Amino acid sequence: MGLREISAIQNTNEATLRGNDVAAAFNVLEGINPASTLIAVNRMEGITSTVAVPNGSLIWGQAVMIDLDGATIDAMRVKSPVAMVADLSEGAKEAGGGSRAGVAQRLRRVLNDAREYATRRADYRRAQIQPLSASAADLEALQPVLRGELPLLVVANRRSDIETALRIAREYKLKLILAGAAEGWMIPGEIAAAGVPVLVEPMDNIPTFDALGIRYENAPLLAKGGVKVALMETATENTRDLRQQAGNAVASGMTWEQALRAVTLTPAEVFGVADRYGSLDAGKVANVVVWSGDPFDFSTGVEHVFIRGRDIPLRSRQTELLERYKTLPPKY
Amino acid sequence: MRHLSVTLALLVFVAACASAGARTSTAPAPQSTAAPAPAAGQDTAAGIGPQYPSTYQRHANPPVLIRNATIMTAAGQEIQGGSILFKDGRIVSVGTNVQAPSDAVVVDATGKWVTPGVIDTHSHIGVYAAPGTFAESDGNEATRPVTAEVWAEHSFWPQDPQIPLAIAGGVTTIQALPGSANLIGGRSAVLKLVPARSVQEMKFPGAHYGLKMACGENPKRVYGQRGGPSTRMGNMAGYREAFIAAQAYRRKWDKWNKDHQGDPPERNLRNESLAEVLRGNIYVQNHCYRADEMMQMLDLAHEFGFKIRSFHHAVEAYKIADALAREGTASSIWSDWWGFKEEAMDGIYENAALLQQAGARVVIHSDDASGIQRLNQEAAKAMYHGRRAGIPVTRDQAVRWFTANPAWVLGLDSLVGWSTTGTIRRINPRWTSPWVRESIHDRSSAGPDDRDHRRHGVPGLGTENRQRDRADSRWPYRRGRDECRSARGCDAHRCRGQVGHAGLHRRRRSDGAAGNQRDPEHE
Repeated sequence: MGLREISAIQNTNEATLRGNDVAAAFNVLEGINPASTLIAVNRMEGITSTVAVPNGSLIWGQAVMIDLDGATIDAMRVKSPVAMVADLSEGAKEAGGGSRAGVAQRLRRVLNDAREYATRRADYRRAQIQPLSASAADLEALQPVLRGELPLLVVANRRSDIETALRIAREYKLKLILAGAAEGWMIPGEIAAAGVPVLVEPMDNIPTFDALGIRYENAPLLAKGGVKVALMETATENTRDLRQQAGNAVASGMTWEQALRAVTLTPAEVFGVADRYGSLDAGKVANVVVWSGDPFDFSTGVEHVFIRGRDIPLRSRQTELLERYKTLPPKY
Repeated sequence: MRHLSVTLALLVFVAACASAGARTSTAPAPQSTAAPAPAAGQDTAAGIGPQYPSTYQRHANPPVLIRNATIMTAAGQEIQGGSILFKDGRIVSVGTNVQAPSDAVVVDATGKWVTPGVIDTHSHIGVYAAPGTFAESDGNEATRPVTAEVWAEHSFWPQDPQIPLAIAGGVTTIQALPGSANLIGGRSAVLKLVPARSVQEMKFPGAHYGLKMACGENPKRVYGQRGGPSTRMGNMAGYREAFIAAQAYRRKWDKWNKDHQGDPPERNLRNESLAEVLRGNIYVQNHCYRADEMMQMLDLAHEFGFKIRSFHHAVEAYKIADALAREGTASSIWSDWWGFKEEAMDGIYENAALLQQAGARVVIHSDDASGIQRLNQEAAKAMYHGRRAGIPVTRDQAVRWFTANPAWVLGLDSLVGWSTTGTIRRINPRWTSPWVRESIHDRSSAGPDDRDHRRHGVPGLGTENRQRDRADSRWPYRRGRDECRSARGCDAHRCRGQVGHAGLHRRRRSDGAAGNQRDPEHE
């Protein structure tokens, strides 16, 4: 959200740093467009905050969290960064020379080099160190990840890729978040035991070679297995469909309470802002939605959206189109 | 409500729910009942005769009575505590007082809802099969801008694992379309979603072929660097040239069909499809987003004397709802897709409701292997958003958006004697898919999957059914190398070799094929 206006139009895309597949220093915050059309369209359907995620190859960069109100980036910012994003799925294979094994080994090399860089910054500056696998800026940006302060959000769908992510996180003592996790339902115990939260898109069930075992019941099976589950909707322009995702997660076996938490408090916890966001508690930021009924029911509408206490006008480009064309000929 | 309220449940689900209790039936296995001879439409071309005929056969099944359901007939009536009896793939009767034969499987559907089987006018399953590799990307013959000669059925893979997923979403009939790379992409296939070894077994007898046409961005992008068209005006010229050639071809054949003088004219498959459009036997199914372009296409249709049966995607249809009502052209639309490409920027939730209000025909379509599983939910979104904007939409109208109206778009209305009197006796008997029987058989051991029964609030049955469907040898995965990743983190951009992949920003998928496809130009 804010990083991409029209996905098919390349020059409206700010999410990708080209030419660097270890883009750890790439923080997307200043790419966000506070005037994006998508913001008003989605917040009036009850979305108050989003995590803006970069896009890339092996290490995509730093994701940030924003509130969907504010004239400036500074006004919108909730937390930056909230996670370092990396990819161990099919999409990263080129960065690994065409092999999943190559991807994992490359990620380890980068992490090893980041460790070494931290202890030999002076040697690096004097060029008295062997060539490292990323720039100084990128290796520096990985330090909070290695210290376990900044989570590493890893896209992984195949069971073996999820297990690779868990293994690497163990080896380097990283704080891991899994995204996608389509075959996570096969190993909820392992994921839960590692204390790793997952971001899942519940309605996605079309098999690919990245995840032949993808299934509609992934989110509920993970939740049942004790995994901390947050839900996502990855079609940026229709982030508003997150509540349909949540409703379908309930239809496929999550409890209603689990699903509500999975789109409120759990993501706030996963991205480290639960002290300010995610639940209706005294002292927290007043991001509040007033619904006409159960938010996971299609018959329910949004009556008010408050972001940081401001009563957001329920208007967007789309409501303006409706007004113009509601009766024909149109009201120009 | 403590769960997603899906007001519109589906006939096949209910039938599937019946399974646990159904197995005690002692009904003798009836013989298969052959489908009637195909009517004009899907298997004929003037002067040529039947081609690639449907070999579809209705499956025999013992009588099944579903009772105590809320039955939404899509014919003006909503029957509380209703019963529906079907046998051998046909509805026998519907009402509040339906007697079951002694050998009937009786299903109590208290708390459940029954609708006609869902019909999707816009699908690419089978032609862009999962798991979505280049090897199975068969939807766009993107080698030249006019390929009226290709038929989607010749690409269709009956083992696509997306088919059982669609069935689980209540879909019984689809129009499988070529993609939208081309000005004229080829013939569609109207198919019943029955397990089959060949597409011929799935062809809906008597349905009308569609001709896929595409406006706007896609053809000009695909051919802009390949000899054109590269502009919207180039698109229009391309359609016109094609139909001018078809007019001449039609005249030659019409003359020969009349007098049989000398040798028949040489066949030309491209012109044959287009001539059938001019004769009104093949229905134009036109991918077109913008209102101004739809008006151009209506003028094109006037120039050549054909009708556009339905615009597809039509995100701006609400701007010309009056014209669409006047022309009798349907709009096959999403409930809320917008903004994923520039010509989709003006999509609004109220599109369906505004069209309905203007008296135009509304269809909720999917164009997506994921969305096809929830067309009822998409209709619900469109209905409720319309109502909130003060546009009256009834539940019966919204059910028609994914049942009766798509039937009309595919030319099934003439086959089914659609009720205009509001009496349920005349509800389309064909709309009980043979899959009902298959559902009972397939799911009897496991019960319906969680998704189905939770939609109906029935607790406690198995969760593995979907996996079982996939493992079913009838829907095997093929081996192959995935050329490009997909799904979460998916990327059509990467697949196109343009830029790095879309990562977690899923590009709202294609408007010409399911989203995980490798086709470089499917949208």
